[in-house]
Amino acid sequence: MPPETAPPPDLKALFVGFSSVGLSGFGGVLPFARRMLVDERRWMTAEEFNAQFGLCQFLPGPNVINLAVVVGKRYQGLLGAIVAPVGLLAGPLVIVLLLALLYDHYGSLPLAQSLLRGIAAVGVGLLFAMAWRMGMAIREKPFFLPFTALIVAAIAVLRWPMPIVMVAGLVFSGAVAWWRLGRK
Amino acid sequence: MSIVLELFLEFALLSFVAFGGATALLPEMHRVVVDNHHWLDDTTFTHLYAIAQAAPGPNVLVVTLIGWKIAGLSGALVATLAMCLPMSIVIYLLIDRWESFAGKRWQKAISIGVAPLAVGLIFSGATLIAQAAGFGWAAWALVAVTVAVNLRTKLHPLWLIAAGAVLGLLGLI
Repeated sequence: MPPETAPPPDLKALFVGFSSVGLSGFGGVLPFARRMLVDERRWMTAEEFNAQFGLCQFLPGPNVINLAVVVGKRYQGLLGAIVAPVGLLAGPLVIVLLLALLYDHYGSLPLAQSLLRGIAAVGVGLLFAMAWRMGMAIREKPFFLPFTALIVAAIAVLRWPMPIVMVAGLVFSGAVAWWRLGRK
Repeated sequence: MSIVLELFLEFALLSFVAFGGATALLPEMHRVVVDNHHWLDDTTFTHLYAIAQAAPGPNVLVVTLIGWKIAGLSGALVATLAMCLPMSIVIYLLIDRWESFAGKRWQKAISIGVAPLAVGLIFSGATLIAQAAGFGWAAWALVAVTVAVNLRTKLHPLWLIAAGAVLGLLGLI
């Protein structure tokens, strides 16, 4: 059965579609982007999504913004590649700036400080959980988790500049990955 | 050099090593913004992270908040743009050729090689925020409960954030 896809979206549809994605998620909106593109609006099939998302994941930067650029370009060229990420960011940006205004006015109140402290503690827990989950998903842990430890030592303990640490880390970690790939 | 231009250059540079997204950049943003430039103090940095956690939208918005606090509206827009624009241009130019190098051995090696580094960055971000916030035992207990609940149940993280907000308001954290 051939998968059904909808007609290509115009600029307005791109803006509205990605706006809905941007506003629907807390702590990352990627799963919502997939749902909107593949399941709800059917702009692309699951296979197309996976193929295009590959590069978004491969490159650094916010994956979901990269994805918006790719989808926007695919349907509306350069304008689409601008409109889609702007749609994704516009709504959340306004909300977050309103929160920033509130923070400017009330952030120094003890009550606000305690509130943010509680949220920060949960946020730190969510980060540890995310790191744990990503770490567990790594294959051949004895070869690769030592790099995780080295990064923590260099970044969290020694506070070395990240660009240099990442380039060096990627050279060695990538070399190990290259070697392991060759053995299969 | 104006602070907005400096902000743009610092964040645009960071965007090239943002493997794992803006979340993975937390430790480096802390180093640049708090330690090097003294644009923000530890407490403010922690607060901005907490606000970003509690707001809807992509993770990159923590960058917007940092920009706002440093240089107002233009800072917010410039920091966000600096984080998103460079890779957007790269991906715009590369996507049509992606099929020709997807799955090549070097491409797979980079993808596999970058994953353990991203884990280390996110772990470091968590420890640095805890340090910057000066967590006591109660905060660490909440961290531990959050990790356990998030890993073992399907409870939406928003409930945990709400619980953290309430516990904080009660002065317990």
